[in-house]
Amino acid sequence: MIQLHNIDKHFGSQHVLKDVSLQVAPGQVTALIGPSGSGKSTLLRCINLLETPSAGQITLGDASLQFGHGHAQPGRQDIHRLRLQTGMVFQNFQLFPHRTALENVMEGLLVVKKWPRAQAEARARELLQQVGMAHKADAWPGTLSGGQQQRVAIARALAQSPGLLLCDEPTSALDPELASEVVAVLRQLAANKMTMLIATHDLRLAATLADTVVFLEDGRIVDQGSSRQLFLQPQNPRTASYVSTLKEGLPEDWAVSRAKCNTNQLKVKLLHAKNL
Amino acid sequence: MPEWLKLMVESLPPLLYAGLVFTVPLTLLSFACGLSLGFVTALVRLYGPRPLADGFRFYVWLIRGTPLLVQLFLIFYGLPKAGIVFDPLPAAVIGFSLNVGAYTSEVIRAALLAVPRGQWEAAYSIGLTWAQAMRRTILPQASRVAVPPLANTFISLIKDTSLAAVLTVPEIFQAAQRIASVTYEPLILYTETALIYLAFSSVLSAGQQKLEARFGQHLHQAQETK
Repeated sequence: MIQLHNIDKHFGSQHVLKDVSLQVAPGQVTALIGPSGSGKSTLLRCINLLETPSAGQITLGDASLQFGHGHAQPGRQDIHRLRLQTGMVFQNFQLFPHRTALENVMEGLLVVKKWPRAQAEARARELLQQVGMAHKADAWPGTLSGGQQQRVAIARALAQSPGLLLCDEPTSALDPELASEVVAVLRQLAANKMTMLIATHDLRLAATLADTVVFLEDGRIVDQGSSRQLFLQPQNPRTASYVSTLKEGLPEDWAVSRAKCNTNQLKVKLLHAKNL
Repeated sequence: MPEWLKLMVESLPPLLYAGLVFTVPLTLLSFACGLSLGFVTALVRLYGPRPLADGFRFYVWLIRGTPLLVQLFLIFYGLPKAGIVFDPLPAAVIGFSLNVGAYTSEVIRAALLAVPRGQWEAAYSIGLTWAQAMRRTILPQASRVAVPPLANTFISLIKDTSLAAVLTVPEIFQAAQRIASVTYEPLILYTETALIYLAFSSVLSAGQQKLEARFGQHLHQAQETK
């Protein structure tokens, strides 16, 4: 069970997360939606402890840490232990450019887990297979497409078998075609009961993958529920208005031009418009 | 054989000897010490506590703002007045190392900052410690950026070691002076000396290209396949 209790985060005078409490059941996929600057990324980064929460409690499996007044600053060991319970997928992939795809996936196993090389390599190859990147094991990240890089990044995040996969807008830097490769990989992970928390603007991703959707605005959880409920019958008026912008259809004249024109370029444009 | 060529050939062994026994070791030792000092300086200025960082900033300011020749004179001729006496060679190594340290610290600092923040985060996110992230993720990428300007400093240093002549270190330039003063052929001797420095620098430039290729492996291949 992943539990966040009353997480607060300040950056100087800015109050970025306000009393956020959240539970993610094992095997469940939760989508974090909300406007830019609502605190989605910060929340993920707090769970991974790339940011230290100003207050609150994080529980991941049997590791738990408390923050804020009256609690000792968490030690390096505690942070390390909690961090290894999570894997992080970044919007811009952040693969290590001086290491091949395979070496990227092996890195944590070699350095953190201190596995022997052969064992780490076998595990890394298996993960690359899982994300459909086995054929590019020896490629430099710079030679891969964005979608391929993100799939390698997912394999890297999974290498040390974390209990929770955090994805920070995993498809936002990708065009729709490449994004769909990444969505396919995430969907497969979801089918295998990987627990995931995904910050996203991608309605398709949120609607097709998530069991639960959490709507965050201005650092607060405004609404949460099943994806069906939140997208189809939003009760909260603010959720309704936000979701309607995600679902907004194409303008009338676009539908006409689509019938007339079948160039790839337009298809991509249309797909993109759907994603907004 | 013309007279000038004969003189060049005859003076080559003592000049090369001075180069290999004094100039090259002086350069290598000073660069190694200076690079280490520069690395520590860069790390402290980037990640160290404030007062310490300020101290190192003062050091960089002081060294970069004063002439190398004056620094060498201060160390070798000045400090004995304060009771600190160095032999010529150690005095030269200290002077050159301090100088190299100040300049390379800025190169290293810039190179470390050139690696995107996200690389630190990616390294942390898979559980690497600060030291592991620095060694395995940041430094290899920073090295690629740092090699050309560091090679600059190295090549400058080889030539600057000729200043050690004034500290009575018998390196190439001093050997040339000595021979020129007895043969009265400064044009020939100093031309030959210049050519020897040029040869040393050329070897280094080739080394720089090798290093760049090694640290930039991933970039070259990326360009080829794109």
